[in-house]
Amino acid sequence: MLAQQLLNGLVVSGVYALFSLGFTLVFGIQRILNLAHGAIFMTGAMVAYYTVSAGGPLWLGFVLAILASGILSVIVELVCFRRLRKTGDEEFGGIISSIGAGLVITTIAQQVSSTQILRFPFETFPVVIYRFWGLRVSMLQLFMAGAAIVLVLVLGYFIYRTSFGRRVRAVTDNEHASMLMGINPNMIYAQTYFVAGALAGAAGVLVGLAFNSISFVMGEPYLMFAFAIIILGGLGSIPGALLASLVFGMVQTLTIAYLPSGLTDTIIFAALFLILLVRPNGILGKDDAGSLRGRR
Amino acid sequence: MLEVRDLRVHYSGIQALRGVSLDVRKGETVALIGPNGAGKSSLLNTISGLVAKDTGAITFEGQRIDGLAPWSVTKAGILQVPEGRQVFAEMTVLENLQVGETALAERAPTYGLEDVYKVFPILRERRDQRAGSLSGGQQQMLVIGRALMGGPRLLLLDEPSLGLAPVIIAQVFEALAELKAQGLTILLVEQNAHLALTSSDRAYVIEQGKIVKSDESRSLATDPEVTALYLGQD
Repeated sequence: MLAQQLLNGLVVSGVYALFSLGFTLVFGIQRILNLAHGAIFMTGAMVAYYTVSAGGPLWLGFVLAILASGILSVIVELVCFRRLRKTGDEEFGGIISSIGAGLVITTIAQQVSSTQILRFPFETFPVVIYRFWGLRVSMLQLFMAGAAIVLVLVLGYFIYRTSFGRRVRAVTDNEHASMLMGINPNMIYAQTYFVAGALAGAAGVLVGLAFNSISFVMGEPYLMFAFAIIILGGLGSIPGALLASLVFGMVQTLTIAYLPSGLTDTIIFAALFLILLVRPNGILGKDDAGSLRGRR
Repeated sequence: MLEVRDLRVHYSGIQALRGVSLDVRKGETVALIGPNGAGKSSLLNTISGLVAKDTGAITFEGQRIDGLAPWSVTKAGILQVPEGRQVFAEMTVLENLQVGETALAERAPTYGLEDVYKVFPILRERRDQRAGSLSGGQQQMLVIGRALMGGPRLLLLDEPSLGLAPVIIAQVFEALAELKAQGLTILLVEQNAHLALTSSDRAYVIEQGKIVKSDESRSLATDPEVTALYLGQD
């Protein structure tokens, strides 16, 4: 039973990780909280749904969802943040304008979906259950865990092992110096937003498949959790977001399994407060991780 | 190689440069000295494209470069080593150097990793360390090395001695002399006039946004006004 729950927790954690990594990546590089991230996640699920319901194969839905969410995320950066950055008021102003962008996207999705909860046709993802060592695992769960792990590894490889990743980290570290080294930060921002949006879109499709329920508001709870996750992990820290996703996914799954379900969020956020009392900058946060000012 | 003509710049309401003209010829080291706030850094930042000019022209190897974005200026081969040792603190020494290669764009490298390690052997020793954990002097060496990786045709140095211990300053300037001997063209902004004049071929004195004197460094070092104002008691 415990092993089963840990496995379920791992799957949930994977989805949180995909969602939060993009959120923390954007915060790390720009010190901006993109509150439209939940709407971008939802867009991924919607695009996959409409592709499948139009008769397309699921893999195509997946690819289109990733592309669409990535592009939408770049549009949010261009429309909401780029102009504000020129005025130097991107931190607070950016939060407000990204809430606005989130509302616009959510409202469009509401119109398109006629405020309905959408469901993939039966067996869009084959229902296959594997049993081993007394565990019960669906093919979908395996796929979700596999997709999350692969995407996280690919992201890690790009950020820490390629020249593109070095440029992203250079801009994150010191935008001024990076320009003097021939880096165009606007290009890096656009690419980072694309990656962040694409990861969120992938998470959206996985969640849509897992619960077989897609609605225009599905991003909100995830945004809330991602907020808590990146604070817990240390704002802007990629390993921190991964670790915190794991903690969150596990705690959530285990509390749902063993305690009255109404207590889940209470326990999670109480744990968040307790951890922040001991580690005010998050588990892997730097001393200045929470400060919105400085560095430029 | 670099020609600055009648450059006027203002920012945050202050007239930082009031018609500055200056030349840097291939292979020479030119120093720019003057008091705090005279416009030394403003001039470097305008050349680098970080600050927009009002009027005037900047030409580099026959091409107008004023109005270009900082990253485009860099790709043309003008690399600035900014004031205050701006390393990428969270990245390793080696990664900092690798980022420098971005500036090359399509140009061929002039300094490889090995060449940089030869100039600053300490960087080889520390290559896997976080740049933020280096000492001030090592960070200054790293930012110069990082700029070298970008294949500079003209190296702009903003206050390389600032905040460093005398022994370390001597090491940094020894390295600069070595680079100069290898044929690198350098425009050096330096508050320490003695240091600037002994390590350059020619120098300009800038005061309140205007060039007030320019000559061979050797002659400026004995110029009564310059000695009184800048070489004074120290």
